[in-house]
Amino acid sequence: MPNLEHPAYPAATLLHLESLVPCRESQVSMLLSIFGERQQFTFPSIFIYGHTSSGKTYVMQTLLNTLELPHVFVNCVEYFTSRLLLEEILIQLQSCCSETEQTSHVPCDTFNDFVRLFKQAVLSRELQDQTLYIVLDRAEQLREMEANILPAFLRLQELTDRNVTVVLLSEIVWELFRPNIGCFEPFTLYFPDYSIGHLQKILSQNHPPEYSADFYAAYINILLGVFYMVCRDLKELQHLAALNFSKYCEPVVRGEANERDTRKLWKNIEPHLKKAMQTVYLREISSSQWERLQCDNGEPGQLKGLSAHTHVELPYYSKFLLIAAYLASYNPVRTDKRFFLKHHGKIRKTNFMKKHEKTSNHLLGPKPFPLDRLLAILYSIVDNRVAPTANIFSQITSLVTLQLLSMVGHNDQLDGPRYKCTVSLDFIRAIARTVNFDIIKYLYDFL
Amino acid sequence: MSKRKSKESSGANGECISQVQKILRERFCHRCATGKLFGIEHQYRHLLELLKRTIVHGESNSALIIGPRGSGKTALLNHVLKELTEMKQVRENLLEVHLNGLLQTNDKVALKEITRQLHLENVVGDKVFGSFAENLAFLLEALRKGDRTSSCPVLFILDEFDLFVHHKNQTLLYNLFDISQSAQTPVTVIGLTCRQDILELLEKRVKSRFSHRQIYLTNSFDFKQYIRIFKEQLSLPAGFPDESFAQKWNKNVQHLSEDKTVQDMLQNLFRHTKDLRSLHSLLMLAVSNVTVHHPLITASDLHEASKQSRMDSKANIVHGLSVLEICLIIAMKHLNDVYEGEPFNFQMVYNEFQKFIQRKAHCMYNFEKPVVMKAFEHLLQLELVRPIERPSVRAQREYLLMKLLLDNNQIMDALQAYPNCPTDVKQWAASSLSWL
Repeated sequence: MPNLEHPAYPAATLLHLESLVPCRESQVSMLLSIFGERQQFTFPSIFIYGHTSSGKTYVMQTLLNTLELPHVFVNCVEYFTSRLLLEEILIQLQSCCSETEQTSHVPCDTFNDFVRLFKQAVLSRELQDQTLYIVLDRAEQLREMEANILPAFLRLQELTDRNVTVVLLSEIVWELFRPNIGCFEPFTLYFPDYSIGHLQKILSQNHPPEYSADFYAAYINILLGVFYMVCRDLKELQHLAALNFSKYCEPVVRGEANERDTRKLWKNIEPHLKKAMQTVYLREISSSQWERLQCDNGEPGQLKGLSAHTHVELPYYSKFLLIAAYLASYNPVRTDKRFFLKHHGKIRKTNFMKKHEKTSNHLLGPKPFPLDRLLAILYSIVDNRVAPTANIFSQITSLVTLQLLSMVGHNDQLDGPRYKCTVSLDFIRAIARTVNFDIIKYLYDFL
Repeated sequence: MSKRKSKESSGANGECISQVQKILRERFCHRCATGKLFGIEHQYRHLLELLKRTIVHGESNSALIIGPRGSGKTALLNHVLKELTEMKQVRENLLEVHLNGLLQTNDKVALKEITRQLHLENVVGDKVFGSFAENLAFLLEALRKGDRTSSCPVLFILDEFDLFVHHKNQTLLYNLFDISQSAQTPVTVIGLTCRQDILELLEKRVKSRFSHRQIYLTNSFDFKQYIRIFKEQLSLPAGFPDESFAQKWNKNVQHLSEDKTVQDMLQNLFRHTKDLRSLHSLLMLAVSNVTVHHPLITASDLHEASKQSRMDSKANIVHGLSVLEICLIIAMKHLNDVYEGEPFNFQMVYNEFQKFIQRKAHCMYNFEKPVVMKAFEHLLQLELVRPIERPSVRAQREYLLMKLLLDNNQIMDALQAYPNCPTDVKQWAASSLSWL
């Protein structure tokens, strides 16, 4: 592990810095060597990219704060227009450069004004030619602002003729930022993702004091075993670790097992973690609901996630309308004759059907259909006679409002309204089961 | 005594290293007008002549300096200006107005900036002008005041000239070129741009007032000159305080420029891009490693720096994905192979993934559809997959058509580097027939 060393900063500060940034020592030492001494120039712009929660923001903030380098830190999602962004930078500059507490609001509309005000602000004696760092977090938002903002920030050192470096932090790679006519290329630095060893090390640091470090490390191992294949995001894993630890400790608390009884602890926690993957991980239920569930030692069947709320009890004809709409969306038109007429005769496989057999309609998505076809299919699948009353039509409209059907095309179309069915196969099978209708028999893809 | 001597030498080294870093960093990062110009003596003389004619003889002129990014347009102009300001006559007379297309995004802002740079805010005061032309004429007239028979020559420098072309009616350009033709005040307009087709972008009336004088900078040095440039850029200047160290350093640089591996690396860079900016970036990175314990640059420093700048960023991002996300990328790769690059949607990708799970996977657990959807949305967030049309409320998310922004070679290379990749997944990626 490289020991951080730099002639410009005292060794004690560097040691403290090293303790704050586990598993990121090589990145910090590279940044330190690039920054150089306080008055020295460095790259006019630096672009740091890496996965979310790989420590970019944390390391930059810790580095700049610990070494007390003059800096301005702005999040581009929080200040999402150019005006907000530039004004915030100027406000932070005031508090960074001078010792006075008050900061007056300076209106700054354009980048031209910004350069002028920036040059004035930096002239104060506090800085004494030290490099000023402007850190823009979530820099991918800069692409959404005016076209001159990103290239101008990359050249800020040249435009203002001062010792300033702009650091951009983002998840997206630089190639997707580059403007068409080119710009001043920044120095790109990659923050690698944490390996499984690093994740274990960092997660194990948060162990609560009542239990031993080994016990917690074994828990983290189990947690990573279940979740590592799906998610390597440190923040998510920290959240899951914190939520589920009390459940893991339950056998020990209840006295059924001691800390070393790994098999019992594993058997206790494993189904719980699998359940967590389907619910808390997907944000189907909130963390507080999850904790309540653990306390009640609850029956997992009672769990009502967010997607459960989409199951709505529909009236009888609405169910058939929905089934008819599903059939109309996913069956090609020429097969209607075969499914819905009593005497249909043989259907000859034409060239068209042979060529397109591979791509089933279930992969391509629902197709739009006219209202007449919907009603025709409806009359054939419902046993008793259905009259085309306003009742039926209003049920169609309420299905559209529930977003189970969606209207395609403009409201005042001359041919009549066209719809498409936006429910999934599992949903429609559940509905069909409640009315004892075997929908699979009527679907072309399942022939 | 030897301890004292070593302490002295190490102390001197600390100061010395700091000086070295300071000088070299200024040279590479801060654009210094004291750097040397390489291979553009002809253009230099041309521009110098032009500006001399304006200042000394009162001729009005216009010119465009055209060259790709990093070819030294601003450096050239700064050199010429520096040489001119050494003449006393120029220093007292010349007025410079520097405009930049990135900062002055429309003509009103540009006009205010011109007023400000000519220090005429008080003179203009609260006057309201009917048109741009009136305003500009007033400004130039104001320069005449103060018992002069003719006004001072004004030099307008327009950086990122191609951005001014997009302003409404190209008013600023029209007026500037107009006054440079009408010979009332000696005015020279110099535009710097990276677009070779700049003349096509000018309107007819603007183009006719332009003198069509173009100075091209084309990075026209060959590899031998490139190595010489490398050596000169890395050497310490003659006035360096610690003579012996400077000699050692320069000898080391000479040695590096003759080293075969370093030459190969420079050849690689030269073939990729000729401009000096990338060379500066590389050298800056190598110089940042120089410390008291490591006072001379070695070939390995340069190789490290070169490797750092040539990393494939998308491969790095793929390295950090979870196994489930890698499987989705491989499924998309197979879809691209079978359907020859036609766009796909999430349902198709999920289908492929299911086929893999059911047939071949022993290590992958069969994840539920929402979990796979979350992994897919993570790939969307990283912009490795991009939708073809904007997602609307009406369409379901699973059926939105997308395309993959990685190609097969990148995917296979990234998989080689992926840590602890399960063998099933690797074999699935390598298999070319997806239905086996």
